[in-house]
Amino acid sequence: MTTAATPVQHAVEVNDISRVFTGRKGASVTALDAVNLTVAPGEFVSLIGPSGCGKSTLLRLIADLDTPTSGSIEVFGKTARQARIDQDYGIAFQQAGLLPWRTVAGNIELPLELHGADKAARRERAAELIELVGLTDFAAHYPDQLSGGMQQRVAIARSLAESPSLLLMDEPFGALDEMTRERMQNELVRICAETGAAVVFVTHSIPEAVFLSNRVVVMSPRPGRIRDVLSVNLGRMSDRGENLREEEGFFHSVSRVRELLHGAAPTGARGVETR
Amino acid sequence: MSAGASTRVVAPSGPARSGAAGSGLARTVLPPVLLGAAAILLWQGFVTVLAVEPFILPGPFLIGEEFAGNLQNVLAGSIVTGRNALIGLVLGAIVGVLLAILSALVRVLDEMAAPIVAAVAVVPIVALAPVLYTMFGANAETARQLVAALAVFVPVYFNTLKGLRMVRPVHRDLMRSYAASSWQATRTVTLPTAVPFVFTGLRIAASLAVISALIAEYFGGPVGGLGKSITSAASSSNYGLAWAYVLGSIILGLLFYCAALGLEKLVSRRAPTA
Repeated sequence: MTTAATPVQHAVEVNDISRVFTGRKGASVTALDAVNLTVAPGEFVSLIGPSGCGKSTLLRLIADLDTPTSGSIEVFGKTARQARIDQDYGIAFQQAGLLPWRTVAGNIELPLELHGADKAARRERAAELIELVGLTDFAAHYPDQLSGGMQQRVAIARSLAESPSLLLMDEPFGALDEMTRERMQNELVRICAETGAAVVFVTHSIPEAVFLSNRVVVMSPRPGRIRDVLSVNLGRMSDRGENLREEEGFFHSVSRVRELLHGAAPTGARGVETR
Repeated sequence: MSAGASTRVVAPSGPARSGAAGSGLARTVLPPVLLGAAAILLWQGFVTVLAVEPFILPGPFLIGEEFAGNLQNVLAGSIVTGRNALIGLVLGAIVGVLLAILSALVRVLDEMAAPIVAAVAVVPIVALAPVLYTMFGANAETARQLVAALAVFVPVYFNTLKGLRMVRPVHRDLMRSYAASSWQATRTVTLPTAVPFVFTGLRIAASLAVISALIAEYFGGPVGGLGKSITSAASSSNYGLAWAYVLGSIILGLLFYCAALGLEKLVSRRAPTA
């Protein structure tokens, strides 16, 4: 899928980023402190940590929805701002954020429409994506006629509309029930294998991070820092499936992430999710 | 009755939903109609039994008689007043929406406009009618249309401005991530978010337009509208006729209100939730 002409270029390169929010009475909160991170093209990286560790802030900085207090961010060798203007990434939020007055197809076409794609091309691409996320029968439905999981699938399809080489996802499955969530994870793994996009994925679910990622970035709060980065060696995206959740390596990585999150103390129960 | 029967005939051919809507309609329409009929009978009974003089309170049957007998005149008056109200409604709504958009885009303008609009809101707008008659001449309907437009402007402006500020943060982020221009963001997100609010404003404004256009007639201007007809019928002691015109204005007001309500319902089907 990718031409691999410039192999040295990172998808995302975060250099010594800090983000300080200044409160009304001069009180400031350090959301991120001296964070460094690189994401290779096609790599799936999860950011995990307790609330307030700055994982969402980091994602917003990469997306140029917010600007760092100090440090620099490069996305495909450009500034984050330029990358946003060039539409180098697709983004999905915890809330699906669909426009309620547009149909499923209309929502997926939105970015294409804004960037001047002609009607026929939009139709075709939307139809492709709707099929990819398995909503063929719902193309003409409105968001309020869909379940939460379906809405989130539409949001993911929308983020893929312009075939970005980088996907930024901020807890996209956070509001879904466990069953839907696992199914969505399976689908995301499949979609990533098909599109070959790099992904930065914010989550607070350990099994989710392990199941999806090549690397899991464990963060700690106040101030938000990267505590450790764990490489998950569970094979290529295209080989990951439902069975992976039952494998020894999966449980091992889950407990490793948990140890890192809780500050090294080894835990007894394995494979049990604590949130 | 006949309406209920006709829906019942239609229902079986259509989907189950239309049948439910038919019975729902009967359930929502029937009680107020019954209550209204009871009130009218009570009123007529009261007037007949106590032999109340028509100049104090005419009975509903007399009013109905006058209404039916002068249907042409009432209709003509309704058209004159209705036309003024409609022109005022359209004018006030257009100005209200445009100014609200400007205020939402330019913060300074909003800060400047807020006290002025608040002042306009508290001024009894109809009181401007005499001044406007001298400005535009006593033979023109312009003054009445302007009074209606001013009355309409206020709720439309405030509701539109509120709607324009209801854009959800996630939509704002999304538009920024698409590097959408501010006009694109306005067109694709801000305006559609505001539309239901605009129509809520219009619904409130619709009856205000009729009332203002009608009351403005009391202060002068050409003859022919409902307001003038009410005053002239009353001053010539034709109380039944005066009440017939009042009935006409009630119907006109209801017509405007229902039309605006219908429009609001239509555009609010996909209103953003939460």
